[in-house]
Amino acid sequence: MGRKLLIHNDHIPNIHTLAVYRANGGYASVEKALKTMQPDQVTDEVKKSGLRGRGGAGFPTGMKWSFLAKPEGVPRYLVCNADESEPGTFKDRYLMEKIPHALIEGMITSSFALGAKTSYIYIRGEYFYVARIVEAAIAEAYAAGWLGKNILGTDFSHDCYVQVGGGAYICGEETALLESLEGKRGNPRIKPPFPAVAGLWGCPTVVNNVETIAAVVPIVNMGGEEYAKIGVGKSTGTKLISASGHINKPGVYEIELGITVEDFIYSDEYCGGIRNGKKLKAIVAGGSSVPILPAALAITTAKGEPRLMTYESLSDGGFLTGTMLGSGGFIAMDEDTSIVKNLFTFSRFYHHESCGQCSPCREGTGWMEKILQKFLNGTANESDVDLLWDIQSKIEGKTICPLGEAAAWPVAAAIRHFKHEFIEIAQKKKFVDISHYDRLNKLVKA
Amino acid sequence: MKVTIDGIEIDVPKGTTILQAARMIGPDVAPPTMCYHSKLKTSGGYCRTCIVKVTQGSAANPTPMPKPVASCRTEVMEGMVVENTINADVLEARKGVVEFLLMNHPLDCPVCDQAGECDLQNLGYSHGAATTRYEFPRREFERIDIGKYVQLHMTRCIMCFRCVKVAEQLTDNRVHGVMHRGDAAEISTYIENVIENEMSGNVIDVCPVGALTDKTFRFKSRVWFTKPVDANCDCKKCAGKVRLWMKGDEVLRVTARKDQWGEAVDFICNECRFEKKKTSDWKIEGPSHIARTSVISQNHYEHLNELKLQVMKQQKALGFMDINKRP
Repeated sequence: MGRKLLIHNDHIPNIHTLAVYRANGGYASVEKALKTMQPDQVTDEVKKSGLRGRGGAGFPTGMKWSFLAKPEGVPRYLVCNADESEPGTFKDRYLMEKIPHALIEGMITSSFALGAKTSYIYIRGEYFYVARIVEAAIAEAYAAGWLGKNILGTDFSHDCYVQVGGGAYICGEETALLESLEGKRGNPRIKPPFPAVAGLWGCPTVVNNVETIAAVVPIVNMGGEEYAKIGVGKSTGTKLISASGHINKPGVYEIELGITVEDFIYSDEYCGGIRNGKKLKAIVAGGSSVPILPAALAITTAKGEPRLMTYESLSDGGFLTGTMLGSGGFIAMDEDTSIVKNLFTFSRFYHHESCGQCSPCREGTGWMEKILQKFLNGTANESDVDLLWDIQSKIEGKTICPLGEAAAWPVAAAIRHFKHEFIEIAQKKKFVDISHYDRLNKLVKA
Repeated sequence: MKVTIDGIEIDVPKGTTILQAARMIGPDVAPPTMCYHSKLKTSGGYCRTCIVKVTQGSAANPTPMPKPVASCRTEVMEGMVVENTINADVLEARKGVVEFLLMNHPLDCPVCDQAGECDLQNLGYSHGAATTRYEFPRREFERIDIGKYVQLHMTRCIMCFRCVKVAEQLTDNRVHGVMHRGDAAEISTYIENVIENEMSGNVIDVCPVGALTDKTFRFKSRVWFTKPVDANCDCKKCAGKVRLWMKGDEVLRVTARKDQWGEAVDFICNECRFEKKKTSDWKIEGPSHIARTSVISQNHYEHLNELKLQVMKQQKALGFMDINKRP
């Protein structure tokens, strides 16, 4: 059994209440940090732990915190990004739903380190019931004196608020999230300036993912060095993986970074193998926007080494033969899956979620979806494959925010590894089964 | 600060953007722009036509920037090296952007009032491909009358956000903005509210395409049949420095004066723009300078006779037949 640090208590009944959470060692990190540590010491522990952002980019959290500008007389903010919208990712929902106090504890400890008197938890609109759970937990924390003025009798005061978004994918991008939090249209800002200098209402702001903030709790409790011993190389600690797709046991798993992909898919502790005894065809390792990998490359790298569930190993070989850990949205596909149909679903999503600010993403995502629709209809030509490739190359890296890349990478990877499927459809040798969509449309209409 | 653009070094003050530095060097190295407007704060960054490659971030940190950057929103650093027209990747990417911008554009130039002074037309001509690879139906919107003077034709819009910035920065109450998202996004006055403000007419001047047009001028004339004349008047609301577009003695329309880059120099008020349509309302300064490459100067170069003589001289030297002499 791997070590669990974040959701080790999720089986305990009523762990979502403060009393049970406290009885199981909750809020120890707040006590330790506020009573025995200086804010900079907490940041140092996070730096030592090697914790990397769990939202997708994998940027070292300690470094992000140390970039925070600290001008005199200007408030600083901590914002928790709970706008978990990447298709295939549902770990934050699980954490907030089961153990909301883990997040709140992390918010208080992190805010202490950053010197933030106010923090916000931005939850996506679809998670409305989760927002209710977190709000109830915050109310409990206020009543027990973990939030509010002079926490634990120290001179540290902190307020934490929940804000529910409108359910837009783009608001998971940190500057769009800040715009939305300010009550504006959720459009990404043009960087620089970065939020660490001018974020929420123009003040220095740190935006962190739910899991990142929750991971601060074990780091403070056990010490950064101890935390860094878990994992491999620069991928330290544990990570929540949302496993879905054609596996026997879908769900949220906490893994120690460094287990092999093969173990994760086939061991009974985690996914339990591919369902109905089918063969694995491909995986998407970190949410829909990261490149898809065919089974052979997913299990072993191009060098022949077993591929590990770490930031480095998954991106080994670049995008030619690798992918990314991303947000940990692990989707496994069996041999019957049509990559083209899967890609269409992804592309339709990015087209729907493009904010419309910059032209390559606004126009390109829709164009790619329309071309993929041709593949589904059976009216595509071979030249459409090259056209798709050209369009994605003209979106990638040319946009304001990473949504452009998120839309372009899956298209590029699908063509890179599964070009033959596109060609077969274009040559009318095979067709995509779209009866599923017909049934869905009928359901929607009825 | 010293910055090198396309191999040309220039000294610029701190806070200058790459685009401004390139414009200081000259039009040959200046990237084209659609959404940037020098007189509007926080404009730019959306259309991505001005993207350039930074091959050296600064003298202190010489690593190249991984992605192409929008030159209109990126400030220069000491010792920065930028590649624009000499980088094949940049030109290819820009071609892609032009394709994206034209993809849902109706290309109804023959009936569009903006034709002849349209930034998108010029951009397509200089940087685009001759044909499109887009084979699907184009986006269409209904025309919206916003007030007495302005008409909005969203079908032509390229979402530059300039008109939104005008409403934000020149008027005290912004009543229009962007609705919806992605390729369904549209400039809207929200339930077709009338834009009623003294400076609202400037949205017409900042619109790079024919999405916002002057209802007092619609279908009156092609712009290249009118003569631009600089004029002024004593106006309490604005600087009163305008450009009259005349046909004979008739003033067909009044606009702000535009600089070399097609951006309004001084914003003008609605009274000057829409109400003063008589020559007696204005003190005329003289003919406006229009770039020779513009279709507007087709029939009236400033030094036409001189030019004709030059052309004839060249033709004679080349042994051409003098077309003015009958055999």
